[in-house]
Amino acid sequence: MLFIIQTALTLGCVYSLVALALFLSYRVLDIADLTTDGCFVLGMAVSVTAAIAGHPVLGLLLAIIAGGTAGFVTAFLQTRMGVPSILAGIVTNTGLYTVNLMVMGFSSNASLLKQATVFTMIRDLGIDNSWGQLLLVAVIACLAMLAMKWFLGTRLGLSIRATGDNREMVAASSIDPRYTITVGLVIANCLTALSGGLVGQMQKAADINSGTGIVVIGLASLIIGETVIGGRRSIGRNIAACLVGNIIYLFIYALILQTRILPIECLKLMTAIIVALAIAAPTLQKNAALMNRARREM
Amino acid sequence: MLTLEHVSKTFNPGTVNEKKALDDMCLEVRDGDYITILGSNGAGKSTLFNAISGVFLADEGRIMLDGKNITFEPDFKRSKYIGRLFQDPLKGTAPHMTIEENLALAFLRAGSTTAAFSRITGKDREMFRDHLRQLDMGLEDRMQTQVGTLSGGQRQALTLLMATIVPPKLLLLDEHTAALDPGAAEKIMALTDRIVSENHTTCLMITHNMHQGLSTGNRTLMMADGRIVLDLNKEEREKLTIADLMQKFRENAGSDLADDRILLSV
Repeated sequence: MLFIIQTALTLGCVYSLVALALFLSYRVLDIADLTTDGCFVLGMAVSVTAAIAGHPVLGLLLAIIAGGTAGFVTAFLQTRMGVPSILAGIVTNTGLYTVNLMVMGFSSNASLLKQATVFTMIRDLGIDNSWGQLLLVAVIACLAMLAMKWFLGTRLGLSIRATGDNREMVAASSIDPRYTITVGLVIANCLTALSGGLVGQMQKAADINSGTGIVVIGLASLIIGETVIGGRRSIGRNIAACLVGNIIYLFIYALILQTRILPIECLKLMTAIIVALAIAAPTLQKNAALMNRARREM
Repeated sequence: MLTLEHVSKTFNPGTVNEKKALDDMCLEVRDGDYITILGSNGAGKSTLFNAISGVFLADEGRIMLDGKNITFEPDFKRSKYIGRLFQDPLKGTAPHMTIEENLALAFLRAGSTTAAFSRITGKDREMFRDHLRQLDMGLEDRMQTQVGTLSGGQRQALTLLMATIVPPKLLLLDEHTAALDPGAAEKIMALTDRIVSENHTTCLMITHNMHQGLSTGNRTLMMADGRIVLDLNKEEREKLTIADLMQKFRENAGSDLADDRILLSV
């Protein structure tokens, strides 16, 4: 049981960075950024490849930069080239598949054997391995969340929030929405790639297909978190929801993995159903209310 | 200060829906002018505002503001010196952000003093509070309230404040009181008059109220089919009754002013 809790907490902290990225792109900017899947693998490939070469910390930094670049490409396509936003993400995501193979030397996976990772570096400091892992990712996740909270209170952050809230008003406040969308997507993809980079070094491996469905898992976490800690009332709560939701999601995941209530192969389908239902909930509620009224008044 | 030289705009050119919204329009606005614009639906009043504020670029012609050619400037750049209010009070504010955050965004137009990573300071808050107090709606005590929960009149008052907190060179008002209840409309109009006269802002106002069109400001324009058909200065229009105005419109535009909204609000 302790092991399950520990794993759920550790992975929850890492994957919460993806949820945080989706919070920025999907909730704040109101853009469904489908770069996420490929960007996650990009971060993983870059960080593992750099760690193989003996630079684990630099690998994480490079992963962040690579992710930011991917986000910039998506933003460029939609703000300057007139590509619809969802399509822009899909196009970048498709291109990233080749880029990711290239990063790993045209191999579909890369593994770390005896080389150092940021996690072995913590272990070498004399902290118990699994607790050390948790400590490191918890610190990173908390820093990212505090930075996000702070950033959304700055004038640039306010401009980004207004872009998702009322685009007409943004142009009237002499803010260029193309600029705010670009900044938002770059930051979101930096976070996604950092998450991928940490997962890669934790698993000591990168795999070309490991990003499939990450965007849906991230959204699921975001929505579970929002439901559990009470809606979207403030930015602080919303950011905390990313972490809480992810830990709950992974706790369920770990339980299923341990107890085998469900075949683990079914998990992606379950996740997809949960996300679809959660996003559909307001519409379903409205329709149900309307049908009830119609039945009563007929 | 604002000059439009032979500005034209055609929507859907080459289709059955082709519409010449601005037809070789020339207009000279002097510094400190407070102009009201009357005209029926489709006369090109809002198109004129869209062309001036840069929502779209004119097909032909030149737009000059204070000696600077702004014909090809995008809207977000023009909004540094052109403020605009719409009929719909929801258009000018971000509903899920607080009053304070909305004002902070509007104050971004002030330029150099507002760095990207700066936050709202206590001093900013004091200044916002002073401005809000002048609206006399009790909003100064609700700075942390989300704007989406305010009434239409309150939102429009806030939008007016946001458009003028950094005084613009030119203020465009597109029937900004038409969607409000009579009490709120009167209050917003009084506020507008006060802010415009305090800052000596040059202002263009579209209205469908003939009486308001003749009594507000110092000059009245009437538009039809993308052209200005009547341009009256203060002395000229003081002598006119609304019936005279309709007569003059008929002579110049070649048709009656056919708009229920205008006729009913006489």
